Amino acid sequence: MYQKDRLNNEITIFQKIKNLDYTLIVSVILLSIVSLFVMYSTDGGEILFHTKNHFIKLAVFFPLMIIVAFFNIKFWHNLSYIIYLIVILLLIWVSFFGIKSSGSQRWMDVYLFVLQPSELMKVAIILCLAKYYHRLKIENVNSFTSIIFVLSIISIPIIFVISQPDLGTSILIALSGLIILWLGGVKVKYFIYSFITFLISLPFIISFLKPYQKLRILTFLDPDRDPLGAGYQIIQSKIAIGSGGLDGKGFLKGTQSYLDFLPEKHTDFIFTLFSEEFGFIGSVGLLILYSIIIFRIVRIGSISRSNFARLFCFGYAFAIFIYIFVNLSMVLGLLPIVGSPLPIMSYGGSSMLATMIGFGIVLSAKINHKQIIA
Amino acid sequence: MIKSNSGIRKTDVINRRMFIIGAAKIVVFVGIIARLFSLQINENKKYLTLSDKNRIREWKLPPTRGNIVDYFGNTIAGNLKVYQLHIIPEQVENFNYLLLRLKNLLDLSEKKIAKINKLKSKLKPWDSIIVSENLTWSQFVKINNYLYDLVGVKPVMTISRNYPFKEMYTHVLGYVSQPNEQEILANETVQERFVPGMKIGKLGLEKRLENYLIGTNAIQRYEVNAYGKRINQLEHQKGEQGSKIRLTVDTKVQKACAELLKDKAGSISVMDVFTGDIIAMYSSPSYDPNLFLFGISQDEWQLIRNNPLKPLINKTLSGLYSPGSTIKPIVALSALENNVIDTKFKVKCTGKMELYGQTFHCWKEKGHGWVSLKNAMKQSCDTYFYEVSRLLGVDRLNITAEKFGLGKKVLGEYFENEKKGLFPNTKWKKNNLGRGWVLGETLITGIGQGYIQSTPLQLCMMTAQIANGGYKIKPKIIVDNRPLSLEEAKKSMQDEQLHDSDKKLFKNKKNIKIVQEAIFSSTNERFGTSYRSRIDNPKYQFAGKTGTAQVKRISKRERELDLELEQIPYKDRDHALYVAYGPYINPRYALSIIVEHGGSGSKAAAPIAKKLFKLIIDRHELRNKQSNFEEISI
Repeated sequence: MYQKDRLNNEITIFQKIKNLDYTLIVSVILLSIVSLFVMYSTDGGEILFHTKNHFIKLAVFFPLMIIVAFFNIKFWHNLSYIIYLIVILLLIWVSFFGIKSSGSQRWMDVYLFVLQPSELMKVAIILCLAKYYHRLKIENVNSFTSIIFVLSIISIPIIFVISQPDLGTSILIALSGLIILWLGGVKVKYFIYSFITFLISLPFIISFLKPYQKLRILTFLDPDRDPLGAGYQIIQSKIAIGSGGLDGKGFLKGTQSYLDFLPEKHTDFIFTLFSEEFGFIGSVGLLILYSIIIFRIVRIGSISRSNFARLFCFGYAFAIFIYIFVNLSMVLGLLPIVGSPLPIMSYGGSSMLATMIGFGIVLSAKINHKQIIA
Repeated sequence: MIKSNSGIRKTDVINRRMFIIGAAKIVVFVGIIARLFSLQINENKKYLTLSDKNRIREWKLPPTRGNIVDYFGNTIAGNLKVYQLHIIPEQVENFNYLLLRLKNLLDLSEKKIAKINKLKSKLKPWDSIIVSENLTWSQFVKINNYLYDLVGVKPVMTISRNYPFKEMYTHVLGYVSQPNEQEILANETVQERFVPGMKIGKLGLEKRLENYLIGTNAIQRYEVNAYGKRINQLEHQKGEQGSKIRLTVDTKVQKACAELLKDKAGSISVMDVFTGDIIAMYSSPSYDPNLFLFGISQDEWQLIRNNPLKPLINKTLSGLYSPGSTIKPIVALSALENNVIDTKFKVKCTGKMELYGQTFHCWKEKGHGWVSLKNAMKQSCDTYFYEVSRLLGVDRLNITAEKFGLGKKVLGEYFENEKKGLFPNTKWKKNNLGRGWVLGETLITGIGQGYIQSTPLQLCMMTAQIANGGYKIKPKIIVDNRPLSLEEAKKSMQDEQLHDSDKKLFKNKKNIKIVQEAIFSSTNERFGTSYRSRIDNPKYQFAGKTGTAQVKRISKRERELDLELEQIPYKDRDHALYVAYGPYINPRYALSIIVEHGGSGSKAAAPIAKKLFKLIIDRHELRNKQSNFEEISI
């Protein structure tokens, strides 16, 4: 056993390269290329600001992913709590000194781009809880203290994020954390009880929502209520997607986006533009690409020897799934509009940074899948 | 080993729970694909339509108005290319500099500059501001020369209404101008086709025939972005010009009328006695309708409004005058028809007539002596007609007068400012003034004074109906669809008159003849009131009756003074009237002339008829040949 450990520790750089998961890497590269084309389309068929910056970010963060992958999974295991704490500190810093934009304070300037620490928290919370459940004895999973402790780990960042305010990201952080609880073996009945409690307290929660958040929910329930105001985004998004048809309007021919009818077309509504130009076939193709990525991450998790890697991979796969689910449901008019980017596709440095780091750790788990963490 | 045991158990839990989640993920993705399918495949049509509705916007352009032409096809209301100057604010680099440049180039006033600035703040930056609606050619050239320095300026060529004969037809055609909100709402067609900058008929036929003249909008379809800015033009759909309308008027005659009434207030109407075609209808003075196209200036407007000769009033249709002696043919006819008099009936005129202590004067102080109908008509003896109307009574006179069109609108619905005038009877006075009729009033009605009021066009129609042998006609100013030459039209009309008793205005045809002869003598026999204005050539020979309408009751003192026209203040001078028809053999045209405050009919009005008749009858040949009628949908 000792020898095996040593063996794993002494993986050469060539073996590391050999052990990389190429299905995942190729899928990520494909996704990046698609995202560049779509970004080029949002710029109106020219290489302008968004296309350039998106390319630069891909060019910086993709190598970063490989670098992250080359660190042993044990290294990430050891750093998990510290990473979580650093992101918490960043959140605190942002809540005091962050850059304000359109009513919320979520960003900090870090030369290359504007960093949104809450995006990083989406990965950090998974890392942190994966380590916690990795170390926790199975007998203690359902103990009162451990559940309270885990819930506090989730609640602390959420308090900061929700006060920014940023409902979308806090929901995603909460879901990312809760999935680890689920995977870690917390009793099903607790989930059921808390879900019922949530439903009962929903009216109470709604009364705490900001007016614009309430409006979004109302608008979601009936977009035609105010077609030029709050419902505008949902209606225009549905028109764009619906008018795409089977094979789309063609690359650079999406009238809805080209003529500025689409809101936030670079970020949250990027799928709308994609779907308008590439139609049902393109959209399903994109979903398949995402499914391959999710499946590969789950696969890597299931071959990992350590529960840390397993928990992280499963958790991260679920998180990616949730991002896609929330984003697509939103643009398809199935959920209220909550700001949530589509991984890799959407314009935005922090989201891409977090996603790439996540992929990097998954790749590290793949390279070191035989690694046992004590 | 315990640890590793626990590790394995934990792995099992994780894997089992992962499996549940994996299944949930598949369900969710299938759900999303189903939603995509429903939006993109099932409802594709609906959303494609919505997307087109989003991006395609239509711009209506002002329609081109139909032309109005005279009987010979000369355009009397047409369309002209005009040069306009537009600014598109979003293309302008320095708005103030541009305005300064334009101010120097076009001599814009400070007021205009302020107006442009106000418009700029009101409109969207890509909406064009119309700086000048009507540039002269030299201004247009100047702008084009400096175009390199005037970024954001757009010289535009467009079409505008134009009245080539200026003031000649104003009272017939009216004019077009920018409508106000109420005017837009008042007409559904206008409401539907209105675009800013469009002009609509404000008066006259331009207003009445708006729906025929207006034309349809040209439509330009543009692709627009979410903010409404035009991105590119998709198609241009041409509009249809409004219907062409052909009038019965003859510009040559109309022009002659305008010249004859120059510097006078008055009216001339000329009518075809069979077809009812109005050959000319001029009210003097008139004003230039072109002034209203681009907004009349305050000065010009004041000049028109304050003119004492009242150019804004269409005297032919809404001027109400006492007919004076021009009513006498009707009085004579009515008396003959009712067997009150015959040609042998004579009255002795002593210059005045006493009735219940009141004195009624004849215009000739010395009197005419014994006069018969013919002589009374010839010399316009008032005493004779006092006596005849006394015997006839106003109610029987009223029946004949109304038959001949007095007290009723002549053109009916075509001109909203047409007045119907008044021919009184005993019932009318009782109902409207609440008092009984007095015999004295019958006497003055018999010489066309008192309550009686008529428009010049009514007098013209009355004369025309005597001229054509006593048949009812329907005057018109718009050419109808009947493709007949004038002579053919006359024939068919006469055929109709033989069979249609409704059209007969007399009981005994002989009576009409007697009246015609009496009128003839008035013009063509010695001592006739218009003898000096006669034409001897039978081709042009006409018969007419003078009239002098008192504006003011003549006092005893004035009667004694017998002042010359120039010595009486303008406002107090009599209106001069003349009604006539010709040629006497085979009558074809009737006219009525009124010169406001012109003095006596024989001196001021009858000479005008002499000058006019030759032209009117000479034009007949041409008019008769003109039979290339087009189908017109009115």
